[in-house]
Amino acid sequence: MLNEIHGFQAAYARCIDDDRLEGWPEYFLPNAHYRVTTVDNHRRGLPAGLIWANSRAMLVDRITALREANIYERHSYRHLLGLPFVEPQADGTARAETPFMVARIMRDGGTELFVTGRYLDVFARDEAGALKLLERVVVCDSSRIDTLLAIPL
Amino acid sequence: MPLDIAWPPGSLHQVPYWVFQRDDVLAKEQAAVFRGACWHYLCLEAEIANPGDYRTTHVGNLPVVVARDAEGALHAFENRCAHRGALIALEDGGNTKDFTCVYHAWRYDMTGTLKGVAFRNGIAGKGGMPKDFKLDEHCPRKLRVATICGLVFGTLSDATPPLEDYLGPEIVTRIRRVLNGRTPEVLGRFTQALPNNWKLYTENVRDSYHASLLHLFFTTFEVNRLTQKGGLIVSESGGNHVSWSAIEAGAAGAEYAQQQIRSDSDFRLADPSLLHGFQEFGDNITLQILSVFPTFVLQQIQNCIAVRQVVPRGVAQTDLHWTYLGFAEDTPEQRLMRLKQCNLVGAAGFVSMEDGCVGGFVQRGAAAAQDQLAVLEMGGHAAESSDTRATEASVRGFWKAYRTATGY
Repeated sequence: MLNEIHGFQAAYARCIDDDRLEGWPEYFLPNAHYRVTTVDNHRRGLPAGLIWANSRAMLVDRITALREANIYERHSYRHLLGLPFVEPQADGTARAETPFMVARIMRDGGTELFVTGRYLDVFARDEAGALKLLERVVVCDSSRIDTLLAIPL
Repeated sequence: MPLDIAWPPGSLHQVPYWVFQRDDVLAKEQAAVFRGACWHYLCLEAEIANPGDYRTTHVGNLPVVVARDAEGALHAFENRCAHRGALIALEDGGNTKDFTCVYHAWRYDMTGTLKGVAFRNGIAGKGGMPKDFKLDEHCPRKLRVATICGLVFGTLSDATPPLEDYLGPEIVTRIRRVLNGRTPEVLGRFTQALPNNWKLYTENVRDSYHASLLHLFFTTFEVNRLTQKGGLIVSESGGNHVSWSAIEAGAAGAEYAQQQIRSDSDFRLADPSLLHGFQEFGDNITLQILSVFPTFVLQQIQNCIAVRQVVPRGVAQTDLHWTYLGFAEDTPEQRLMRLKQCNLVGAAGFVSMEDGCVGGFVQRGAAAAQDQLAVLEMGGHAAESSDTRATEASVRGFWKAYRTATGY
């Protein structure tokens, strides 16, 4: 399981950083929960997110919106992931906590540290036995987001 | 070097770009607007619901503590120790009996009144404060506080008119429309750091002209395909506004959803539940953006209710604080809908993320345009209410209030 989660996290980050965003929802189960929040909201138990989804279809919609509707200056991410801390659960799922740093590369060539944080994950298997995310809560360490959050974390 | 162009006296439809660029303009604004005769949003009453609760915030560059005393009364005072100027409260909020400055342990009560000075009488008869030192002659500046529908406002100036007069009756009515009779609960707080002067955001909020042109989410997914009616209200002062739109009566609810399904657009939402909101106000108004000069916004976009607070952090840096709201009266289904619709707004919002970058485009685009004027002539030259949103009237209203406040 640990090796599998290592591989999953590497593939997930590579998918986003390579701008293959249409493939991003495939890392989630159809009924998955995905939320981007901050450590302050997380600590206080506040439920809202910068991004909040309770279905894979909502993640598909986010990518469609980014591609077809939303307007923002061209940029890309570079995810650097730390080692996942994995806790297998009795029901066959696994909880994992993985730290990340994301640099943002802007159109003008500038690179800056955009956000650091943790993925708080629940992994489960789909019908074909493939490892997928049942839940991913992205807890950003800072309460401030520079300019906008378009590409998902 | 281009010379800074003169601002044509009284003009509301021309704005010189230097007003977004100069340190001396920001310094003047700190005195004339943020410490001047304006009401500034501080926090929600719900955030300091209990005796001893407090929050810290900023009014321009003025750090402020808002606190509820043991009797339940609200107070606001400058977050600055009267001794050497250090911050008195260091956290975003909490609950306390009093405030003690960490530097030399000067102690203040919940009203910001100095109550104790460490080693006031010296040690072993040596040192200490002079005998004629009076505690009540030393305290941080206190703000007047007023509330409406659970929103807490403060002002340093004695000249600021009563809050409801400052807002004007049409604004008061529409604040009550969203908040009255309910118990707000904070669903989340997020800060968006904008790479632009604060006024480029407060203009943007009042700019009903750009909404359907810059924010293409609703258009792309043909959510707005029904003819929408709407309008714009500009307060007497110019500084406060409401922009609203409504679906036509009879097209609400299920019928409206069916219309979306029959859309001719190539793009559909894979999960259209995002937009299956509930009738919250019984008036078919799906959008109401309300601003109060200078820096407060109350937003209803479908069932997503939020307050926004604008805090300048420098000439070309601004913090936009979002507080997403639900209500204690929400059913679980209603609460779920609010959480889903938070996707529409904020730093990652389907209909608002563009506002995070467009101010920066102006800041960078106009970098060398100190001798030029921006043009605000959509809908004429006045700052009046209208039954169309194809107008820049409320942006002109902002400049009317701004020129009055600053004397520019």
